[in-house]
Amino acid sequence: MHCDVCHENEATVFLTQIVNGKMQKVNLCESCSKAKGVADPTGFALADLLLGLGAAQQVEEGTPEPVRCPQCGFTQTDFKKTGRLGCAACYETFAEGLESLLKAMHKGMRHTGKVPVRLQRALELGSKVETLKADLEKAVQQENYESAAELRDRIRQIEEEIHS
Amino acid sequence: MKLSDLTGQAGGWLEAGDSDNRIVITSRIRLARNLRDEPFPGWAKKAERVRVLDRIRPAVEGLAEMKDGASEGLADLSALDKQVLVERHLISREHAAKGAGSAVVVNRKQSVSIMINEEDHLRMQALRPGLQLAAAWKQIDKVDTALEAKLDYAFHPRLGYLTACPSNVGTGMRASVMAHLPGLVLNDQINQVIQAVNKIGLAVRGLYGEGTEAMGNLFQVSNQTTLGESEPEILERLGKVIGMILQHERHARENLLARRPTALLDQIGRAYGVLTHAWSIASKEALNLLSLLRLGIDLGLFPEPFRTGIDALFMETQPAHLQKASRQKLAAEERDALRAERIRGRLKALPPPATGSVTPGNGAPKESTDE
Repeated sequence: MHCDVCHENEATVFLTQIVNGKMQKVNLCESCSKAKGVADPTGFALADLLLGLGAAQQVEEGTPEPVRCPQCGFTQTDFKKTGRLGCAACYETFAEGLESLLKAMHKGMRHTGKVPVRLQRALELGSKVETLKADLEKAVQQENYESAAELRDRIRQIEEEIHS
Repeated sequence: MKLSDLTGQAGGWLEAGDSDNRIVITSRIRLARNLRDEPFPGWAKKAERVRVLDRIRPAVEGLAEMKDGASEGLADLSALDKQVLVERHLISREHAAKGAGSAVVVNRKQSVSIMINEEDHLRMQALRPGLQLAAAWKQIDKVDTALEAKLDYAFHPRLGYLTACPSNVGTGMRASVMAHLPGLVLNDQINQVIQAVNKIGLAVRGLYGEGTEAMGNLFQVSNQTTLGESEPEILERLGKVIGMILQHERHARENLLARRPTALLDQIGRAYGVLTHAWSIASKEALNLLSLLRLGIDLGLFPEPFRTGIDALFMETQPAHLQKASRQKLAAEERDALRAERIRGRLKALPPPATGSVTPGNGAPKESTDE
């Protein structure tokens, strides 16, 4: 990916900013980022400042292939227009950009409320697998192969249950 | 049952309550839910929306809570019927703009309404009179749990319930309390309160939600954020803030009585004069003056038995309710005349404010005369 300012060097500095709930992205090479003094990009309209007013729009449009949600065909431009996503899978497709938006909007980044009953079991099993995997690693490190084999079988068993 | 039969009856949540419930009109909790494998309504094509409706509607209609309730496609409702539902807070203004592929299901008591294909596939709400956030949550939680057994919800292990707008993701819950705050308005403290509430991540809105004007001194206070806190945590935070607002409102009323009784009695007396003698009145003016009569009842200036009638007028004088009751579409001037007639009828036996209990200059600091 090339630098949005000199259009020559490889971009190594990637900046994302949310302005009025809309996402702006600017990619810069090292020398341009230094020339523009981008050490602390907070508190100003990034793309506009670096590339002139209205540039944020162009940067977006200049991207050759917009990312499309594989499930519903939604793009980031559609989100810019409506402020709404296309489907549940969009949360994965646009996870990177949504991260900072969600951070700005909410109290935390992890859901701690109600969970559908049928997913509760899967979530519980999921965290159990995490614990067992940590135990397995420890067992391998301690060369305790007997219990490692036991743990491996249990993990396999639970994972099968999750996927069934 | 047809929705129009249901809305011919008073909504259960209009019933008057005690002390705090004189200030808090209603408590409402809505949950946003979506199906895992279908595009959100705003992005879906019409055929997809219809397919989603066909999946969801039988599940909703089959709920125990919806037994003997009403279910109607938005395409089958007239503009007037939709407006009646908006005025009753049974559907949102956004939902009223929908047609084929959207529906609303309301239980018999009109305390639970479920919108299908609004901004999300499902928007379900529980509505209760007075300050009853916990009870409203219990009720809608039950409905939601019954539905999740039949429908495959979009749920993310880290982000919770996935919604069309990222501002609803997580719990998908918006809890809001509608409060009647004439004291804070008359005391010029309402903007301070609104700013303070906004600062701690709660929103204050007008009568019909986002972007609407505050009429009749009615304000909706609701949570702004949905991710990072559990439902009970959000409700507790909201409840605490409501408690503080109620305290400020009571304090503002005491303050008005003690320091500016003439101004207060003047406002209530004028409201009484206009409402009992007007022959034409617009809905906004009616709401604002009815709010002052309601304050008068809270302060003991009018007999308590008139409370129910005055509360009912808040709803009856809304444009769509007026037209529905007169069974015809009316021009604005006709509505204003009919509204004035309804109000005069309801208030015919209402005596003038009993100002004996509140005497200006009775030990209170002297008021400035240029008020």
